[in-house]
Amino acid sequence: MTGWARLGLGIAGIVFACAGPALAQAKDTLTLGMVLEPPGLDPTAGAAAAIREVVYANVFEGLTRIDGEGHVVPGLAASWTMSPDGKTYRFALRPHVTFHDGTQFDCAIVKFSFDRARAPDSTNAQKEIFEPIAAIDCPEPETAVITLKRPDADFLYGLGWGDAVMVAPQTAAQNQTTPIGTGPFRFTRWVKGDRVELARYAGYWGQAARLSAVTFKFIADPAAAAAALLAGDIDAFGNFPAPEILPQLRADSRFAVVIGATEGKTLLALNNARKPFDDIRVRRALAYAIDRRALVTATMSGAARIIGSHYTPNDPGFIDLAATYPYDPARAKALLAEAGIAPGTRFTLALPPPPYARRGGEVIAAMLQEVGLNVDLVPMEWATWLDQVFKRSDFDMTIIAHTEPRDLAIYARDHYYFNYHNAAFQSLFARYRETTDPAAGIDLLRQMQRQLATDEPNVFLYVLPKIGVWNAHLHGLWSNDPIPANDVTGVYWGN
Amino acid sequence: MIPYLGGRLVVLAVTLFAAAAVVFLVLDVLPGDPAALILGVNARPDTLAALHHAMGLDRPAAWRFLAWLGGMLAGDFGDSFTYHVPIAGLIADRVGVSLPLALLAIALSTAIAIPTGVFAAAKRGKPADTLTMAAAQIGVAVPNFWLGLLLILVFSVKLAWLPASGFPGWAGGIWPGLRALLLPALALALPQAAILARVTRSAMLETMGEDYMRTALAKGVSRRAALWRHAVPNALIPVVTILGLQFSFLLAGTIIIENVFTLPGLGRLVFQAIAGRDLIVVQDLVVLLAGSVIVVNFLVDIAYVLIDPRLRAQGGR
Repeated sequence: MTGWARLGLGIAGIVFACAGPALAQAKDTLTLGMVLEPPGLDPTAGAAAAIREVVYANVFEGLTRIDGEGHVVPGLAASWTMSPDGKTYRFALRPHVTFHDGTQFDCAIVKFSFDRARAPDSTNAQKEIFEPIAAIDCPEPETAVITLKRPDADFLYGLGWGDAVMVAPQTAAQNQTTPIGTGPFRFTRWVKGDRVELARYAGYWGQAARLSAVTFKFIADPAAAAAALLAGDIDAFGNFPAPEILPQLRADSRFAVVIGATEGKTLLALNNARKPFDDIRVRRALAYAIDRRALVTATMSGAARIIGSHYTPNDPGFIDLAATYPYDPARAKALLAEAGIAPGTRFTLALPPPPYARRGGEVIAAMLQEVGLNVDLVPMEWATWLDQVFKRSDFDMTIIAHTEPRDLAIYARDHYYFNYHNAAFQSLFARYRETTDPAAGIDLLRQMQRQLATDEPNVFLYVLPKIGVWNAHLHGLWSNDPIPANDVTGVYWGN
Repeated sequence: MIPYLGGRLVVLAVTLFAAAAVVFLVLDVLPGDPAALILGVNARPDTLAALHHAMGLDRPAAWRFLAWLGGMLAGDFGDSFTYHVPIAGLIADRVGVSLPLALLAIALSTAIAIPTGVFAAAKRGKPADTLTMAAAQIGVAVPNFWLGLLLILVFSVKLAWLPASGFPGWAGGIWPGLRALLLPALALALPQAAILARVTRSAMLETMGEDYMRTALAKGVSRRAALWRHAVPNALIPVVTILGLQFSFLLAGTIIIENVFTLPGLGRLVFQAIAGRDLIVVQDLVVLLAGSVIVVNFLVDIAYVLIDPRLRAQGGR
């Protein structure tokens, strides 16, 4: 296959050298490849990253938005002020904003969108974002005043998520199939099983998109994705599924290969409520037993950043704790012996479908074998994983990437599948959540990262890389994924 | 013929009901909650409950089974949890890809296999036979997804004659659609053709040893004429049986090829629906596929009657 692909590359390269530049100048459309087809197109009615990867920023916009660097920037709210007690936000809404069907955007839309998201029958996957809201008032059409029950350090950030985008009352129910938002692209067609098509919206309030049309094409098979890219059927993959052919793509001047970071904290998650994982010595032994550098080389072609806590370098207040538990099998064995774990003890390792889990599981099992532990690998589909591991907490160990950004909150929950309970961490988190002083907030974020590294409730492995591969003439795609998105609003073709 | 047809229809109805009951039960005991899959890991319990209610999953299983069956009898196949559109339209779109693909693959495989099998049988024991059968042996062993990737590399990446993946739809005309189906049909057809060629060859060898062949040759009929006039028609029965089996397989079993070529067909729909716990889609598709297998078997039975005059005589009695 490699030989054939190289041969193909060589010949295609020659063809491109002759015919390429003339075509590239005239082009103002984009075909973007994605692995998964979204289940519906309404980001306020489902958690799937694929929904956001089509519509976020392109079709739907919120009051704030998250940019490519993970910063909160103005969206449909041009500016805002916060009261000194942190409980009242006053948003100045942008004028002359219309939905793709002509509906005017104003404060009534803000009130409708947030009331819908926090209603008892709401099916919003991130209802937590709206939980602090006490009231939404509209003193005038272009001002929205949101009062909170308590201060919330992450409120503006949460409003930038896909789950908090603005939807209009007349069209909200149809957004699953025909999304109507305020973004620079309007939805034109969804050929189910194949592609979603967007076109530039002429009535956009801000800077018009430079692309006239965008097609999102769904290719589940990694080898087929590689072939489609090489054949020129696809211009770009925001997240390319076949890391093994990266060396080949890097050597090809037609493509730009851009490795960035997602928010996916990849963990060897442990059931802290089950023996022997309730023993900190055992959890630390596992951390010492895993050579994370070798793991990343084997499963991600080396393109991933090692982490030592549940936090990524994209996030505010990040500290590098990757050296907390260096690879040290001798120490791992000593700790296991101290905890009374006999060599040859068996554990199960539940593996959901993504390659990071399936490939990573085999590597980790081999590493744990080195320190005398036997691991039974249990591959599962997502639905089974969600039911058995996540919902019922019936597991020993699992490999999972937590892709939700800034989600330290999960370690403060009373019930969560890995069953970590530490009053000290919970109080740190409670203080962080209600702090209105940014410096104090950063300090608390650092303390929480350290607390997790000390307790090691899960073995923190690496940040899931974002492997971007696109036509070398294409500009303006995100290098990192601070939130799941393919923001094509600033994308254009150069020479 | 009429009682025969009537009996077939009863079998069809009973089989479909059994398939419906089994698939419903299996999906019901299978772990995995469609609402949990949609809402992900941060969903609150009240949100899950609200979605269960909206999807009708808070009702008892017996009620859901009867509502589904009743709906189907009334022509309502339900709505997809994933796509939020009526399933009948969804399936109709997919059939528009999978059926032409299966027909094209069957046509290609028959066109390749029967002449090859007859040729190999005629040259039995000679180098031409050995070579053809060796090629067929390789064809049987080659997995179709690998063949698909190879075809993509040669015809799409290297020669740029045909698209590597995707399906433009039939709206833009027959030719663009056909172009997109050509490589996947070939990838499906070649391994099937290899099997069919071997079956054709052995069936031919069997009939060629029959008395009537010797008689025909003794009468002075040329070897070629005897082959086509007497041996081929008599060898067709096992060939048609295999063809029928292959068609059912093709209709449902294109999951891998449809993934390799990213074709929005039935196979991919089944695969996605199972992974996404789009329960009603899975239920509908199982019933549809079970029904189509039964219909194809029925057509094969009719084909026997057409091919074999002895059966025709019985049917007319």
